Amino acid sequence: MSNVLLDVRNLRTEFATQDGVVHAVNGVSFHLDEGETLGLVGESGSGKSVSMLSVMRLIPMPPGRIASGEVIFQGQDLLKLSPEEMRQIRGNKIAMVFQDPMTSLNPVLTIGTQITEALELHLGMSKDKARKRAVELLKMVNIPEADRRLEDYPHQFSGGMRQRVMIAMALSCSPQLLIADEPTTALDVTIQAQITDIVKRLKRELGMAIIWITHDLGVIAGLADRINVMYSGFIVETAYNKELFANPLHPYTVGLLGSIPRLDEGRREKLTPIEGLPPDLVNMPTGCPFHDRCQFRTQKCLEENPPLMSVGVKHWSACWNYEAVREKRDEILRRHTVQPAAA
Amino acid sequence: MDAQTKTNAATQTKSAAKMEGTGSNVLLDVRNLKKYFPITQGILFQRKVADVKAVDGVSFDVKQGETLGLVGESGCGKSTTGRTILQLYRPTEGQVLFRGKDLAQLKGEELRRMRSDMQMIFQDPYASLNPRMTVGDIIAEPLEVHNIAKGQEKKERVQELLQIVGLNPYFINRYPHEFSGGQRQRIGIARALAVNPDFIVCDEPISALDVSIQAQIINLLEELQDRFGLTYLFIAHDLSVVRHISDRVAVMYLGKIVELTDSRTLYANPLHPYTRALLSAVPIPDPIIEEKRERIILVGDVPSPVNPPKGCRFHTRCPLAIPICKEVAPEWRDVGNGHFVECHVV
Repeated sequence: MSNVLLDVRNLRTEFATQDGVVHAVNGVSFHLDEGETLGLVGESGSGKSVSMLSVMRLIPMPPGRIASGEVIFQGQDLLKLSPEEMRQIRGNKIAMVFQDPMTSLNPVLTIGTQITEALELHLGMSKDKARKRAVELLKMVNIPEADRRLEDYPHQFSGGMRQRVMIAMALSCSPQLLIADEPTTALDVTIQAQITDIVKRLKRELGMAIIWITHDLGVIAGLADRINVMYSGFIVETAYNKELFANPLHPYTVGLLGSIPRLDEGRREKLTPIEGLPPDLVNMPTGCPFHDRCQFRTQKCLEENPPLMSVGVKHWSACWNYEAVREKRDEILRRHTVQPAAA
Repeated sequence: MDAQTKTNAATQTKSAAKMEGTGSNVLLDVRNLKKYFPITQGILFQRKVADVKAVDGVSFDVKQGETLGLVGESGCGKSTTGRTILQLYRPTEGQVLFRGKDLAQLKGEELRRMRSDMQMIFQDPYASLNPRMTVGDIIAEPLEVHNIAKGQEKKERVQELLQIVGLNPYFINRYPHEFSGGQRQRIGIARALAVNPDFIVCDEPISALDVSIQAQIINLLEELQDRFGLTYLFIAHDLSVVRHISDRVAVMYLGKIVELTDSRTLYANPLHPYTRALLSAVPIPDPIIEEKRERIILVGDVPSPVNPPKGCRFHTRCPLAIPICKEVAPEWRDVGNGHFVECHVV
């Protein structure tokens, strides 16, 4: 364990738009061990997807630009590779599953053609062999009658099945790293449970590392080893899963947890919303990006953007006032009530 | 009478009405409601070949001042139910009794007048506001349509409404694109409140919003309910949100309500196997609880509402199904304390 698979250092990604430069990712550094599941949590515009698209070198350039940083994958800086070299890695060693299973499959090609394509391209399999492997892959993600369904087109599959096909395709070359960008957001909860169940099982069987992007703290609580919380292009808190939920120390993380109703709590417990809106990524405020929505704000927050500071065992938070957060947190999280055990 | 006093007066009457009712007063009574959408074939002579049975016989009531949650997965007919109640779709069969009057029988002017008592908040705040109208015009439109206010009075009322939903009254001349998703949803809420309705159908009002904004809207809806004595039919797919906001919850599957009970019982003692699966699938943001939870993973997908399965509609995916479930549709029955369920096994 704890062989570093991916090491991202000071990654910055920007987009040139009519209104000015959008600072989508602002100096993000994190690492991922082999076989580890990392959760990337944040709202729309927090930079979670853009940072992963940067890792995959899938940012459209222009208007996008990776302004600085290193992405060390198995000792190689992916940002320095030629497009051809990058193609050898993409889909082979690092695979990605996207949010919308309706648009990420080609509607005019059969499922079989789309799965075998990567197998023939990356692994040099013969048509016959690739087909056999495709059937295995579909069985692996619980698609019934896999043999027959290879001839079907995407529209003949339901949303949940399409997402399972996407996962099968992503896993076809046995990648070391699977990046899943909100793979269950477009799906119903019972289907979401099917997908997360399959991913957990496949991870046990295949041992790949996973980066799971989501805005849903509930989903990530059941999946991740470690979690990065992102806000306006920064990682604002990072910790092991249980530590983060038991002991959140960034006002934004606390805010997120306080603003969602939980299935296992009483009716109409007053939610604590995060007031205001995320900052404009073109004209970023000085100081901490969260300061104008933060109830723990002090003068220092307006002047200086806090770096990630060690606040516990393998736990970092980018907040000057994390001690104040620790004291007031339980009130915001409605932790006065004794939670009944979940069904 | 200026707009302010008028609103206050209206509010008072409504609170008074609510007091008298003491919660057991039925505002809306839906009986055996069905909505089928025809599938046609042919170009010149269209003939009906089948029906999409979006809502296939649902019955429930909503009491004055309460929130009834309607929960289910995509395609189960929950939004169609909401729209059919408001007569945005005319029902295929069944009755919608609003204060004892059957809306399904009303037409034209009579129905139009009733609409000022019933409003709707839509899911998509980007699609439900006309991009060419100013916020002021959007909120004022129902006031004009129902002849409630004109001129200066109208403007004051619009500004008051903006304030009520937590927006700056000076925004009156701005266009929807200048607002964020959460703010647009507030505009949609202000528009619904403009006519002082008693009953609001909230159709997934927060699912298009970011997590931190969702709580703002939930809290706003709760405040408005307390302040104006509103009655909500709250439609959503997110069970944690529905449970949070609702007094009672109805669970829908493939055009039918399979279980209906108060929100505490639904969580503590769910009876229908679908409700149980749905509850167990909702993730809880706590890794320690998640570790211990046993999930009921349903196999397969929801069948087509064109050809719903014979017998119980859930039998194709039900972990508890017995032979009778394939043949006979279970009856809608009361198992005590207003807890209704439709299942042979429980």
